[in-house]
Amino acid sequence: MIAPSSNPPFEARLQAVNEADSAQGLLDAVEALADLNDRRSIPTLIQVLGCNNPGAAVAAVEGLVQIGIPAVSPLLDKLDGYNYGARAWAVRALAGIGDPRGQSLLLEAAANDFSLSVRRAAARGLGTIRWADLAAAERDDAMVRSQTVLLQVTTDEEWVVRYAAVVGLEALALQMAAPSLISQCLGQLSHQDPTLAVRARAHWAMAVLAPA
Amino acid sequence: MSGVPHNPDGQPLTVDQALVNINQTTDPGLRYYAAWWLGKMRVCQPEAVAALLLALKDKTDRSPDGGYPLRRNAARALGKVGHGHDDVIPALLVCLDCDDYYVRETAAQALESLGDAAAIPALVAMVRGGVAAAVQVSGKPHLVQPYNAILETLGTLGSRDLVPVISPFLDHSVPQVNNAAARAMYQITGDAQYAERLVAMLGHDQLQLRRAALMDLGAVGYLAGADAIANTLAENSMKLIALKGVLEHQIGDGSDAVTLSAESRRVMALMDSLL
Repeated sequence: MIAPSSNPPFEARLQAVNEADSAQGLLDAVEALADLNDRRSIPTLIQVLGCNNPGAAVAAVEGLVQIGIPAVSPLLDKLDGYNYGARAWAVRALAGIGDPRGQSLLLEAAANDFSLSVRRAAARGLGTIRWADLAAAERDDAMVRSQTVLLQVTTDEEWVVRYAAVVGLEALALQMAAPSLISQCLGQLSHQDPTLAVRARAHWAMAVLAPA
Repeated sequence: MSGVPHNPDGQPLTVDQALVNINQTTDPGLRYYAAWWLGKMRVCQPEAVAALLLALKDKTDRSPDGGYPLRRNAARALGKVGHGHDDVIPALLVCLDCDDYYVRETAAQALESLGDAAAIPALVAMVRGGVAAAVQVSGKPHLVQPYNAILETLGTLGSRDLVPVISPFLDHSVPQVNNAAARAMYQITGDAQYAERLVAMLGHDQLQLRRAALMDLGAVGYLAGADAIANTLAENSMKLIALKGVLEHQIGDGSDAVTLSAESRRVMALMDSLL
């Protein structure tokens, strides 16, 4: 590889990730690499998602989210080759970035993923997609797709996923012209959800959406 | 297929099938699974409770170390479904004398979730020897009694008059035990110095102890610990559970009239950031 100008920290930190020989060593090295916020680290950070090292994967997800849009294509390109674990981390990265190209993956993950932490991250991400990146003609349909799945996710069996759906719905409603379905759903959740924390979050969302 | 034990690897269990399974003795595995399942699914009907009470006295299902696996599962399940059934507390109190450490531990935890102060004298008796008696059993990975579970249950069920019983364990050499003591002391006194001991544990080198401190702070709902919880080096899932405990403690009873204080909103904002 041609040395890309004078950037020794990047080369050294990349090498540290590749040579890490313990779980803690890998975590530290990934954190150091991610801190650089350098898009040349994207392939390596994506590789770490498949290493079965949760600490390092969290650091890699954070690094990819920080890099943002440039990481989206590489993440989506490699998706089919991911094992389950790596796919789950990729969903979390895409949820954090909010690029509309990741939406269909988030829709699927929020509704159907086996892992509650993936459903949770996807649900939140469905509300915080960068809607402005879509052409006006596509935006409304895309928002309705998020809305449909998020309304469904408010019946998830795990409280934390329902909580995330409420957060997603609040963010989505703030961007929609006619969020009456969302308001109605939040009103129901605020009284009927079996978990107090979810009812409380629904109350707060209602207050945010309809200031007294 | 009435009367035929159902394979848990096949179709999902139904309540009827679980009752069949727990009332047969031919297949201990199915019985063990049914006991767990009835608790997990919170099947509170009298037939289920009666079957679990019977399982609590089982002598047939023995582990290689002499333990009673079925009793452990039955005790755990009764902690979830035993509310309002008069026979359950006395039966769990009997379990506190069982030879099997893990049966005693699960019974103490079940008594905590059932919330009946009638259990206090028996639990106090178990820790009567104080720290001096709280030593490891040779050849086993545990102390002579399930001190964590006992102290936690005393903290939940008891009141300030238990301070002399619980406070000596703040100095026990096993970190989990002095965490449990700190948690209980905070619950019975409301004194923040005990909760701050748990906050300090959030910075411990060992992930297991950081996780345990998260669960303890969530269980007692320590509001001043919210930021420290959010910043702990541990999985977001665990931090969210801990903050949920803080939030729900802050809101108070489970009534529908949720009024949101500034503190509750602050806790929810922290939770939002961890999703």
